[in-house]
Amino acid sequence: MSQTVIARRPAEAERTGAEVILQMTGIAKNFGPVQALRQVDLTVRRGEIHAVCGENGAGKSTLMNILSGVYPHGGHSGTISFGGEERHFHGLRDSERAGISIIHQELALVPLLSITENLFLGNERASRGVIDWEAAHEEARGLLARVGLTDAPQTPVGDLGIGKQQLVEIAKALAKDVRLLILDEPTASLNETDSDRLLQLMGGLKERGVTSIIISHKLNEIRRVADTVTVIRDGATVDVLDCGDGEIEEDRIVSAMVGRELSDRYPKRTAKIGRGGFEVRGWRVVDPQHHGREVVRNVSLTARRGEIVGISGLMGAGRTEFALSLFGRLHGKQVAGTATLDGQAIDTSTVTRAIGSGLAYVTEDRKGAGLVLGESIARNTVLADLERVSRWGFVVDAYKVFDTASDYCKKMRTRCHDVLQKVGTLSGGNQQKVVLSKWLFTDPEVLILDEPTRGIDVGAKYEIYKIINDFADSGKCVIMISSEMPELLGTCDRIYVMNEGRFVGEFSAEAASQEAIMRAIQKNQPLGA
Amino acid sequence: MATTYSTPVEPKPGGPTLGALWRSFGDYGLLLSLVVITAFFQYATGGVLLQPLNITNLLLQNSYVVIMALGMLMVIVCGHIDLSVGSIAGCIGALAGALMVSRGWGVFPATIACLAGGAVAGAAQGYWVAYWRMPSFIVTLAGMLVFRGITIAISDGASVGPFPESFSAVASGFLPDPFSMDGLHLLSLIIGVLVALAFLAIEIRSRTRSQSRQAAVASLPVFAAKNGAVTLLLLAFCYVLASYRGIPTVVAIMGVLIAAYTFLMNRTVLGRRLYAVGGNLKAARLSGVNTSRITFITFINMGVLAAVAGLIFAARLNSATPRAGTGFELDVIAAVFIGGASATGGAGKVLGVVIGAFIMGVLNNGMSIIGLGVDYQQMIKGLVLLAAVFIDIYQKNKD
Repeated sequence: MSQTVIARRPAEAERTGAEVILQMTGIAKNFGPVQALRQVDLTVRRGEIHAVCGENGAGKSTLMNILSGVYPHGGHSGTISFGGEERHFHGLRDSERAGISIIHQELALVPLLSITENLFLGNERASRGVIDWEAAHEEARGLLARVGLTDAPQTPVGDLGIGKQQLVEIAKALAKDVRLLILDEPTASLNETDSDRLLQLMGGLKERGVTSIIISHKLNEIRRVADTVTVIRDGATVDVLDCGDGEIEEDRIVSAMVGRELSDRYPKRTAKIGRGGFEVRGWRVVDPQHHGREVVRNVSLTARRGEIVGISGLMGAGRTEFALSLFGRLHGKQVAGTATLDGQAIDTSTVTRAIGSGLAYVTEDRKGAGLVLGESIARNTVLADLERVSRWGFVVDAYKVFDTASDYCKKMRTRCHDVLQKVGTLSGGNQQKVVLSKWLFTDPEVLILDEPTRGIDVGAKYEIYKIINDFADSGKCVIMISSEMPELLGTCDRIYVMNEGRFVGEFSAEAASQEAIMRAIQKNQPLGA
Repeated sequence: MATTYSTPVEPKPGGPTLGALWRSFGDYGLLLSLVVITAFFQYATGGVLLQPLNITNLLLQNSYVVIMALGMLMVIVCGHIDLSVGSIAGCIGALAGALMVSRGWGVFPATIACLAGGAVAGAAQGYWVAYWRMPSFIVTLAGMLVFRGITIAISDGASVGPFPESFSAVASGFLPDPFSMDGLHLLSLIIGVLVALAFLAIEIRSRTRSQSRQAAVASLPVFAAKNGAVTLLLLAFCYVLASYRGIPTVVAIMGVLIAAYTFLMNRTVLGRRLYAVGGNLKAARLSGVNTSRITFITFINMGVLAAVAGLIFAARLNSATPRAGTGFELDVIAAVFIGGASATGGAGKVLGVVIGAFIMGVLNNGMSIIGLGVDYQQMIKGLVLLAAVFIDIYQKNKD
């Protein structure tokens, strides 16, 4: 199907008379042995809003990094032509000079500097090195007006909310005379009002002739603003939909995104759900920064023995905050609520006590918070339970450490020379296996996984699912937080849906579907209300 | 799905090339630098450097730097810095003077009080760093001023001395010689041989146990060359000392501390946790390590070792002076970085730091004997520090 659609695309553009501004053809890129992109084609017409959809890991971000020159020319195959000529971008500066601006999920603003300083960072309004502040503020005011902001240009960016910061980023792109604006998941961390404002702004920019690419999972947003949709799956363009006239066929996008049957990507398992398990009742967490704002609002959860329970939701829904507050109160203030294991209240007030009570938490930030990258596999494996490999509780037995780590490497099929190898030299999937080893070594009853397969290739994902399944099948409780809905649908026995700090839906494996979860998020009705 | 669990890599057959040989020396590269620098000054000073009297003096002059460097290594591995150690050393020296000389306390209770004072000084700074997350640079910069001020206040701006003889003997005395042979200090030789044997035993045991687990180990010739060289150096060193007046008491104290801290850093739960905290604070905290407590302990320990150094320095001068310890922190920090500790925390070895301290010591001593001006001495020391850290960073970037 894909080939025929792609082949038709340029012809169609000619027919409608709109000029093609960007044409990417046959883009492929490898990271070592992992093929991130196989065959991506993307055609964007001048003045349109073009949506790029795909699951996490489909290759959208890689594609945008190639387009903006973050991955320089020469590291990939295929051609990029922009504004009618072939381009070889070697860095962000190259693509910016050509008129391409990319706005990432993580904003690139300096919080302590003013709006004006941020707008013209690297592009200062100066003559002979001396900044003309009056002119700069004046121009900033004009740019802010274009994105609908009325804040004083002297305001430090850190004082603005996340939604306004996003608009400042867009103004910053406008300051550079942008011809093609790329927005990577722009609404992921925005609330509804801010998202609405942003989408309106995109429409306004379109009327002034700015071409935009928007990367998003949210079908309702795409339906609202996009003229054309390109769907990417497993590193290749699989469908291109024109929606200039009438409704986008959502089902077609979803089936193109999800693609092949879910079942063959996830190991088969029949859950043996037992009695007892882990229960949380009435959990509340107050934001450590904004006093009085609750990031987790009255959440109750049950994970029975032998059960894998998922928590779905958008970025910023409060899932990680919930997990961290549960695991030794690592996030938030005034944590309230009860946690029980097999009906017995357990103490999780510090990390040490949480581990002692049988909890384990696999962080979403593997490199930043999961591993000591400069140390060996062996030392990382035993870090959470050093006493167990020590004599008299304080003299570490290096050989016990070695043997323990070697055992786990074999069990987890971690690919390494030996366990003295530095963890930082392993691939993402193997690193994650070391993190899992570390936690399984503490012999937990409840395993909380936060984005357990983020940034991991498909093969290693499968192995990690198997490890998780085996753990659950040994009569333990698993709670899995993930932004990849197919992953939750493929592995969980039950799925909670979280939004704005509350649970807004609960589905059994049979009843759950991407659409049902999305609908629950959109309805935003708290459970039990 | 085709997955392979690769078996451990066997050491490659065939003789090692020169490059591979050099690389396999790894940590011993630093020791080689020390040997080369020593050889150079031995030549340049016409043989004065390695005379028994000079070696003894060199050790005595550098003992307090080495002792403080042990604590500083822990602070730096933890990801912090301590600028106040010179002031604490001076402060404790003044306290010792006030207690022993002015108040007439006994040597033993006064020493205990001084060590406790060091612990309190370390805790007073560690508290802010560990529990309030204040930058250690600033906290200890403040401490540097405060403790220097306290030193002057205690001593009233004047030197206090002399100390009781049993106290100053710590710094100027030598281990007794029960066998009293003419011209050769037998006990020192015996200690040297025992330490060398213990070192060899530990290395050989570790090698065989690693082999039985099929972990990669150095090939036999490299292993023998490395350990043979170290053992010979150790024995030669003890022989030189024995031919003068034997092992100085301070050097014995230093040796015991080095052994204790090597054990602490390599083999204990506290040591492993310290490396983890410095390597990745978040990961350590998520793994149940009480990171604040570890940081706090590290600073208390630094305070105690600074106190030990302060006592030794005061005993050596046989008086407590208000300027004692000024600038020590720079020598100590330089020794740790020359010894290969990472400026970002998480890496560094006790042995490396000891060698780093002696590289500085030999440079100081050698340049003084040659009669090089203080101006050039400072420049050369500065460049050596820069070069040592550059080599470290260059090698890391190459990996």
